[in-house]
Amino acid sequence: MATETAKLNFTSHSDTHGAMLDRARWAATTFARYDRAATLKIARAVAQAAHSQAARYAEWAVRETGFGVVGHKRLKNELCSLGIFETHKNTDWTGPTIDRDRKLVRIGRPAGVILALTPSTNPVATVFFKTILALLTRNAIIICPHPAAKACCADAADLLAAEAVKAGAPDGVIQVVREPSIPALEGLMGDERVDLVVATGGPAVVRAAYRSGTPALGVGPGNGPVYVDSSADLTAAAARIVESKSFDNSILCTNESVVLAENAIADQLLNTLRAAGAHVCSPGERESLRAFLWSDKGFNVGAIGKDAAVIARACGFTIAGDAKILLVPIDRLLPEEHFTREKLCPVLGFAPVGGVDEAIRAARSMTRKSGGGHSAAIHSQNETTIMTYAAAVSALRTVVNAPCSQGAAGFGTNLGPTMTIGTGFMGGSALGENLTPASLMNWSSIAYPTDERVPFGNFEGLTPWQTPNSIVSVPSQLARSVPALDELALLREQIRSLVRDELKSALGRT
Amino acid sequence: MFDYGMFKFSSKEEVIEKSIAYWNPGKTKFWRDSGIDLVIDKREGYVIHDMDGKRLIDLHINGGTFNFGHRNTELIDTLKIALDHFDIGNHWFPSVARTALAEALVKVCPGFDYAFFTPGGAEAIDVAIKSARYATQRRKIISIIKGYHGHSGLSMATGDARFSKIFLSDRPDEFIQVPFNDLAAMERALSSRDIAAVILETIPATYGFPMPHDGYNQSVKALCEQYGALYIADEVQTGLLRTGEMWGWQSYGVQPDIFVNAKGISGGIYPFAITMLTKRTGAWMEEDGAAHISTSGGAEPGCFVALKVLEILKRPEVRANVQYLTRYFGDAFRDMVQSDGDVIVGLRQKGVVMGVEFAHPEGAVHASRALYENGVWAIFSSLDKRVLQFKPGVLMSYALAEEVVDRFRVALPRMRELIAQAPSVRSAA
Ligand SMILES: Cc1ncc(COP(=O)(O)O)c(C=O)c1O
Repeated sequence: MATETAKLNFTSHSDTHGAMLDRARWAATTFARYDRAATLKIARAVAQAAHSQAARYAEWAVRETGFGVVGHKRLKNELCSLGIFETHKNTDWTGPTIDRDRKLVRIGRPAGVILALTPSTNPVATVFFKTILALLTRNAIIICPHPAAKACCADAADLLAAEAVKAGAPDGVIQVVREPSIPALEGLMGDERVDLVVATGGPAVVRAAYRSGTPALGVGPGNGPVYVDSSADLTAAAARIVESKSFDNSILCTNESVVLAENAIADQLLNTLRAAGAHVCSPGERESLRAFLWSDKGFNVGAIGKDAAVIARACGFTIAGDAKILLVPIDRLLPEEHFTREKLCPVLGFAPVGGVDEAIRAARSMTRKSGGGHSAAIHSQNETTIMTYAAAVSALRTVVNAPCSQGAAGFGTNLGPTMTIGTGFMGGSALGENLTPASLMNWSSIAYPTDERVPFGNFEGLTPWQTPNSIVSVPSQLARSVPALDELALLREQIRSLVRDELKSALGRT
Repeated sequence: MFDYGMFKFSSKEEVIEKSIAYWNPGKTKFWRDSGIDLVIDKREGYVIHDMDGKRLIDLHINGGTFNFGHRNTELIDTLKIALDHFDIGNHWFPSVARTALAEALVKVCPGFDYAFFTPGGAEAIDVAIKSARYATQRRKIISIIKGYHGHSGLSMATGDARFSKIFLSDRPDEFIQVPFNDLAAMERALSSRDIAAVILETIPATYGFPMPHDGYNQSVKALCEQYGALYIADEVQTGLLRTGEMWGWQSYGVQPDIFVNAKGISGGIYPFAITMLTKRTGAWMEEDGAAHISTSGGAEPGCFVALKVLEILKRPEVRANVQYLTRYFGDAFRDMVQSDGDVIVGLRQKGVVMGVEFAHPEGAVHASRALYENGVWAIFSSLDKRVLQFKPGVLMSYALAEEVVDRFRVALPRMRELIAQAPSVRSAA
């Protein structure tokens, strides 16, 4: 052993990311010339591979991060693989599309190289989700996982990358940052070779993405209010709320944060919630919970995605074996009341309100500092109330008579399944809708004069990407091995019923 | 005023005048007279700037020296850190840096046992030839007509007579030359059974990268075995992933007895060269380890740079980049042969080792100039002026590759014009 070593440190002087970005650029340039059939073949193969490993990565993600529930994560992984593919595959994200009436042709233009940040809370589901959206739109994607979930994400990305190439994708179309860190991330986000940053993470990361100067789609945090009025089916509402709060232990940012119960039915709803599996906390329990969940440093990360029983135990009380969530009655709907803030754990505030106007005021107050533009829920049969509430609360999606965790994320609603909820301008984001393939591409339009004397060209049967001077040749194994769409009908139906069954079991009744 | 701290020049003209006066009149005048008035000043990545500010994409990369681009920041950082602790060291003693690099090299050179270090490629070739002579106890060396292995004593003797006769140093009795790709000639030369080694550039660079015929390298190796000679691969321009594999001989499935690498292994920032030897060909080091001495061979800061070069080459991204570049330029020149076949007739290619073939016998000289005028620096093959050496570095990005092709196409009319004005226009076969 040397008595004295030089202690030369070379580690900070490696630039593996530059090579990665260059490789992604080659891949993106090549991929942008694939036609729709070849693109779908790749996206399908990757979605199937992801789906087949849903359980393994669910288990791994929970083991690595300590967040969430394996069974629910498995479901999310399934929905974010084949579910996503099924949802979007019938839309043409490639083009050319011809609109004779308007004398327009549109040709799909992928973003190019996408840098995708994935969170620790929904790690592999987000890897699957963003990758499949990127593939559907012929983009190259570089995944930069949250450091707390880097191993499961890197493994998943490697699997998807291998499947993609096997299905004919260009080399390097899916890559992963293996040693994510803040400096690495900042360097990547600001690098000119990145075309688009898609950031899912904390507000600091999202703001950094926008500051980077690279086009970015970042989404902010949630803090969902749920209003229950006297017209609601209280038993059903209570069941859905408990189902939603216990789904992956509230790790989806679409989960309900505070129940706002119309005075007339508040007591009854409390009892129904108790019957549905909510442990109603005493004032003493509430204060121990408060001390456990919040400190000067903010929310206790150790509580994220944990079981209700685990949290209760940590606070020194026990709950009944069948209790799935902790319900905390509060009386002051003001920002200084901690329980009005976002809680990515099965802890739910509960407060009576006079009616929809007070519910709206409370909801707006909850999301004034953080959580704006995200999700809200309502349980009501009254369309006027629903409309008034949806128009006034600071949320871009209000789900009606459904569990908010799932419904606002597009599971069991027609919002389109997503792991990235656009929070729009009120939530500090350029994206208002749930992230879909459309967010990751542009269209080039060919436009003719409206003047009827000018004839429209005949573009039928032309393929834009097989120009004689092909810039990068598509691997030869691609040659027409794409199965005809008819052959896929059977598979498609199988997947559809599978997704349907899973949704049913996840949502209780629908 | 060009102020470099330790010296100043009032203009580029002053540099050129003084270069003629004090440095090398012939070389300096040659370029000036060829219309290439280049004095390289700033440099970064694959881009160099003339003193006048003219920007050029570097496709010459000095034979692979700048395989990773100019002033590669990772390599520079590595060298700077190494200099906090090391100097060139003392060649007499074992050293941590040399030992670590030798071990790393042996690991990436299947079939080899030792790494020997010199400051330059030519001396590394001398070591290769000496080692072969020791191992076989024979003197004679076969090389290829128009092969090129450097200018030190033995390496020069293997090369073109132009470089040896001028110094009265040609040695035809011990150094025999045969035509490339001619197995019959090779066998005739070997059949005297007094040949120590055949030395071959895996693809002859200065000759303009004529591609070896299928199985040529392997057949030469088999003939060597048959006649008791050794096979020395000069990998100075074909190593370090330039052919798509770490070493060119791997691309051709041939196992040399000795091979040499230089240029790129220096990262373009610290002179370095290696001779890889087997137990048999390195046996002289058992008898007398000081039989070949080189004070600055294996200088320790260079070992760090070389280690970093190896580390970068192992990245899967870099291998992928080479494959993409190979395909991209292959496609681009195939298209150009179709659209501009009167000027360009073919592409010789193995990985990013490329030679562009022109119809005109001196087409590459004119192309070099036309490209220079259009922002690309690529050199013709001095031993076959029909061929332009086209040598992108392994890290070249898509954007720059696309720009190279754009500039090449823009330069085509000028190439056509220069060729038409050339004194002896002979149409190609
Ligand atoms: C194939 C080959 N071998 C050997 C050498 C000699 O290397 P150096 O100039 O470092 O002595 C060169 C240099 O151009 C070369 O191209």
